[in-house]
Amino acid sequence: MNTLIYLKDVVTLKLDEKKCVACGMCLQVCPHRVFDLNNSSVKIVNRDACMECGACSRNCPTEALSVQSGVGCAAAMIDVLLGRSNSPCCGPKDSENNLAGCTSKPGGCC
Amino acid sequence: MSFPDLKQPFVIGSIQTPVGIVPQVSSFLTRKDRVGSFKARLGINRMHYLVEPGLYALGTPNEKSPVMVTANYKMSFDHLRQALTGHNVWILVLDTKGINVWCSAGKGTFGTEELTRRIQSSGLAMVVTHREIILPQLSAPGVAAHEVKKISGFKVIYGPIRAKDLPIFLDAGFKATSEMRVKTFPLRERIVLIPIELWPALKGGFIFSFILFLIAFMWRWGEGWTLALNHALTPVMAILIAIFSGAVLTPILLPWLPGRAFSSKGAWVGIFSSVLFHFFRLALRVKITGHLESIAWFLLIPAVSAFLAMNFTGASTFTSLSGVKKEMRWALPFQIGAGTIGVILWLGSQFFL
Repeated sequence: MNTLIYLKDVVTLKLDEKKCVACGMCLQVCPHRVFDLNNSSVKIVNRDACMECGACSRNCPTEALSVQSGVGCAAAMIDVLLGRSNSPCCGPKDSENNLAGCTSKPGGCC
Repeated sequence: MSFPDLKQPFVIGSIQTPVGIVPQVSSFLTRKDRVGSFKARLGINRMHYLVEPGLYALGTPNEKSPVMVTANYKMSFDHLRQALTGHNVWILVLDTKGINVWCSAGKGTFGTEELTRRIQSSGLAMVVTHREIILPQLSAPGVAAHEVKKISGFKVIYGPIRAKDLPIFLDAGFKATSEMRVKTFPLRERIVLIPIELWPALKGGFIFSFILFLIAFMWRWGEGWTLALNHALTPVMAILIAIFSGAVLTPILLPWLPGRAFSSKGAWVGIFSSVLFHFFRLALRVKITGHLESIAWFLLIPAVSAFLAMNFTGASTFTSLSGVKKEMRWALPFQIGAGTIGVILWLGSQFFL
């Protein structure tokens, strides 16, 4: 049970193949095997597995990858809706009340 | 140059380097370390469980030893040193405000800027002769390897996701297998994340069920207090069942539940438990207080369970922001709707039947 998949066809991940130099860095940093490298070009092979953590775009030396990264955390978004926090995460805020449910996520409060 | 305090409880000695005295730590976790981790898992003092940032020595490293980078959340630091029993390495702890690697990387506190600043302030370039640093793969959302190289001269090597894979990674000459690069969400991990979600739910649930308890109890007071108590305990039990369904059962059963959205998974568990609850009540008492109350719980239990399950997206390791937004757009109105109708029906069942 090592590949849990969330919703289909929602992620904002984009690859500009013209800019890609096939360095393979995205394959190293992606935690969900979204990419594959063959014939010296990178392909998105498992798009729905992407969790938009932003590791690939951050480490892409030619800016070939783009993704609107953020925390997939409902509790944090409810906090934003209620005006309890202005950024969709919690982190080391001044009080424990600001701890939304993000416990093990990029950008979550762990 | 600045060095971490030698007086921290896990420091066992010190090592002289060309730039000064570096605290030495061991791979052996004490009882105090374990108790601290356990408490942090339960949410006690979780935001103040930290290590002073800076350079540490594990074992007796020299100028050729590898450099491992980690966050200053005490549990991250402990996982790392525990995994490296018998190895001599440098550990560079970044100031991530006591937040673990993945979360702080997403926020950018475990990031290019803090890393390059810490390389500078620790004098790392004078402690080691090589120019490589090993970062946990999950720090990649915050760190741009190519920029770190440009600014500091150090080449970032992304190590495995799990600290326990580090010995194999080091022995293989800094090569991670593709299995080491995949973030899974196994049962054990789902279970340890339950308390963090469960406590706030129980707090809210306690207040909610107390109000319903009072209403039900007062209203039936005239029928004798045992009957009233019996009757008033129904909402307390129902709410506990709803919380257990959404915040405990759903995380445990996550991979096997139908639907992709967490709300659907939680709703299914809620429907199943409300059916069980209904038959439990039927079995206990021949005459049920009213069908209206039964219908109310058939709405309320799945709604609460679905809501709590939806909140578990933040603890999971595979949900995207776009996905959660999409889920919330339909699921939240549904939960609020079912919850409101449920409360109205329940009040109706108390006053009119």
